Amino acid sequence: MTKVLMKGNEAVGAAAIAAGCHYFFGYPITPQSEVPEYMSRELPKVGGAYVQAESEVAAINMVYGAAGSGARVMTSSSSPGIALKQEGISYCAGAELPCVIVDMMRGGPGLGTIQPAQGDYFLATRGGGNGDYRLIVLAPADVQELVDLVMEGFDLADLYRTPVMILGDGMIGQMMEPVEFRYQPRTDLPDKDWATRGKGKGKQRNVINSLYLQAEELEKHNHKLQAKYAKIRENEKKVEEYNVEGADLVITAYGTTSRIAKTAITKLEKEGYKVGMIRPISLYPFPNEAFEKIGENCKGVLTVEMSTGQMIDDVKISLQGRIPTYFHGRSGGMVPEPEEIVEKVKEILGGDR
Amino acid sequence: MDERLIIAGFGGQGVMAMGQLLTYSGMIEGKNVSWLPSYGPEMRGGTANCNVTISSEPVGSPVVIESTTAVVLNLPSLDKFESSVVPGGNLMINSSLIEKKAERDDINVYYIPANEIANEIGNTRIANMVMLGAYIEITGAIKIESVYEAFGKVFGETKAHLLPINKDALKRGAEVVREQMKVNA
Amino acid sequence: MAIVFQKTKGLTDKPTHYCPGCTHGIIHRLVAEVMEEMDLLENAIGVAPVGCSVLAYDYFNVDMHEAAHGRAPAVATGIKRVHPENFVFTYQGDGDLASIGTAEIVHAAHRGEKFTTIFVNNAIYGMTGGQMAPTTLIGQKTTTSPYGRDEATTGKPIKMSELLATIDGAKFVERVAVNNPANIRKAKKAIKEAFKVQLEGKGFGIVEVLSTCPTNWGLTPVEAMKWLEKDMMPYYPLGNFRKPEEVE
Repeated sequence: MTKVLMKGNEAVGAAAIAAGCHYFFGYPITPQSEVPEYMSRELPKVGGAYVQAESEVAAINMVYGAAGSGARVMTSSSSPGIALKQEGISYCAGAELPCVIVDMMRGGPGLGTIQPAQGDYFLATRGGGNGDYRLIVLAPADVQELVDLVMEGFDLADLYRTPVMILGDGMIGQMMEPVEFRYQPRTDLPDKDWATRGKGKGKQRNVINSLYLQAEELEKHNHKLQAKYAKIRENEKKVEEYNVEGADLVITAYGTTSRIAKTAITKLEKEGYKVGMIRPISLYPFPNEAFEKIGENCKGVLTVEMSTGQMIDDVKISLQGRIPTYFHGRSGGMVPEPEEIVEKVKEILGGDR
Repeated sequence: MDERLIIAGFGGQGVMAMGQLLTYSGMIEGKNVSWLPSYGPEMRGGTANCNVTISSEPVGSPVVIESTTAVVLNLPSLDKFESSVVPGGNLMINSSLIEKKAERDDINVYYIPANEIANEIGNTRIANMVMLGAYIEITGAIKIESVYEAFGKVFGETKAHLLPINKDALKRGAEVVREQMKVNA
Repeated sequence: MAIVFQKTKGLTDKPTHYCPGCTHGIIHRLVAEVMEEMDLLENAIGVAPVGCSVLAYDYFNVDMHEAAHGRAPAVATGIKRVHPENFVFTYQGDGDLASIGTAEIVHAAHRGEKFTTIFVNNAIYGMTGGQMAPTTLIGQKTTTSPYGRDEATTGKPIKMSELLATIDGAKFVERVAVNNPANIRKAKKAIKEAFKVQLEGKGFGIVEVLSTCPTNWGLTPVEAMKWLEKDMMPYYPLGNFRKPEEVE
């Protein structure tokens, strides 16, 4: 298949439709408005439905209804809108409804800015909603990976009956890169025999629900969810590693920030520095084993984020104090420059190269 | 090759479209490409710019801070991006709208009366294509035929009838810098 | 022996948790009977609210969703868009629909979503223990209006049927009560007509049912019925506010 040049946000829509998602419920917010625009244009052509909800709160609850009805369904927003969706996301997790939620992050807190940021890491990986739940969180670094992860996201959602969040930022949503669509659906996806379609003749009725008034029942349900998350941690970790072995310093970054880090590493290599990189692609489950492999001779792990320091918590948990950790972050919509990272690495390593 | 461009001007001058054409053309030629726009309030009538990377290597950061070429279509863009050009790089100035001269002498500066040429051809909106023609002539980064092919992809079938006038603009842009290239060489 | 009466197949055998004298039971039965009579039980998908009828998904013998507080109309929108051929309804109380879920109900009506809402108005939050609702009457004492609802600080009770009747997408709007056999028959007829509006693809329909809450009103069931007639009905007049011409 030939490549096409597409904006990240439009590629999200195209990838979803290619993966069989015919229902989208959204609300405009910069920098992701091209997703609802694309879906409103393209979904009628495939016999699907686009609904512009009255709010992000309504949008995610429409997702709940559509997912409970057995359809592949998506919603997208940017940080403040994703904050509003937390109620419905928690309900989807509790009722075990598969769906894909796209967050093209912008600077915060509050109304913040429309420029790119990565301040929703905690929200995405710790659950911004109430209760003991997790999402599968996938963080693409380029538009092709964005397309691939949206498609895979639908499969993972169906496989585990769980919401999947695609965590991008304003930069990946707005930028254009060549992409191709090569979706091969998994063949091991279970039937959605739990979905509501009208109970039909003589069949057991289905109920989509997250309410368990008996404490014993809810604890049992929570254990079931935890067992599912354990399976996800066992099977679904994704990470890209670059020259980690023998590195004097390892940089870790996700999403678009990892690209800036890569440019910095190229510069550092030219100057003789041995710098490796770990790029978590799945933020939940977090690829902690990649960090466990870092040798004792490594002088430090530098986390670079477009935030004031969120993923670094998971890095520290993974390293368990074995290796010193450092942080470089920009926030508020500021994008780190490769030169800043180069300087930070030199500061940590001193003259060692 | 590693072409890293900043293309900047007023909203409506076609800087985004110029960048997209260039990016699409690079993709057609099998190169690694990315296009990153500025976005937000500045799009609505203010200044707009995009970053384009065309490279034989995978694109790292899509953000262009040090440009190999800066294309500036209005004065605020010149003031903002002249310093971004790497030594030996190119600064392309739309001299129809910018009277000021470049301050640096360690880069190649080209003055292109893009709006005047576009008006001569009969459509002031194709000044961006004049600049694109000039850019291709200066750098040889892509083939002009790739732009013809990309045109339909970027603007759609409904704009296909505008291709001849755009070809004209590309050609005129190339011609106008040919003389200046001899001087810069 | 000839069977003269049977429980509707539209309800499960699960005993309800409703308080003695509460009219939710009557309204459940009416909705279930109409579904059965219109042959909708195999096809229907219902949405339960948060509030006293939160467990309605255990009682209606059809496929059900339990929605977040106030969001039933959004959930029903999602369901109906995926299954336009199915019969979809929400069952909501006045805290759910008239307070936290006003945006969802107004915009479902505004979009003309083709589902039906049964709106149970008993002028109080029941499940959480008798707090003031937007529908609480002036002077009515609740646990959060202990001196009686004061118009100066809390406004006048909101009239949802009148409000929704101003929206073009709401094709059927009627307020009924279940305080006596005659009104119960009228309520059933209104529910049937509202369901028909959905089945004919005409748009959104809502039936507001004035209901009692003896427990939280602090009245006996009989007193509660009298209070409904004497105090609620004058403020919330019964009747149809909108219907498509063909239904008339």
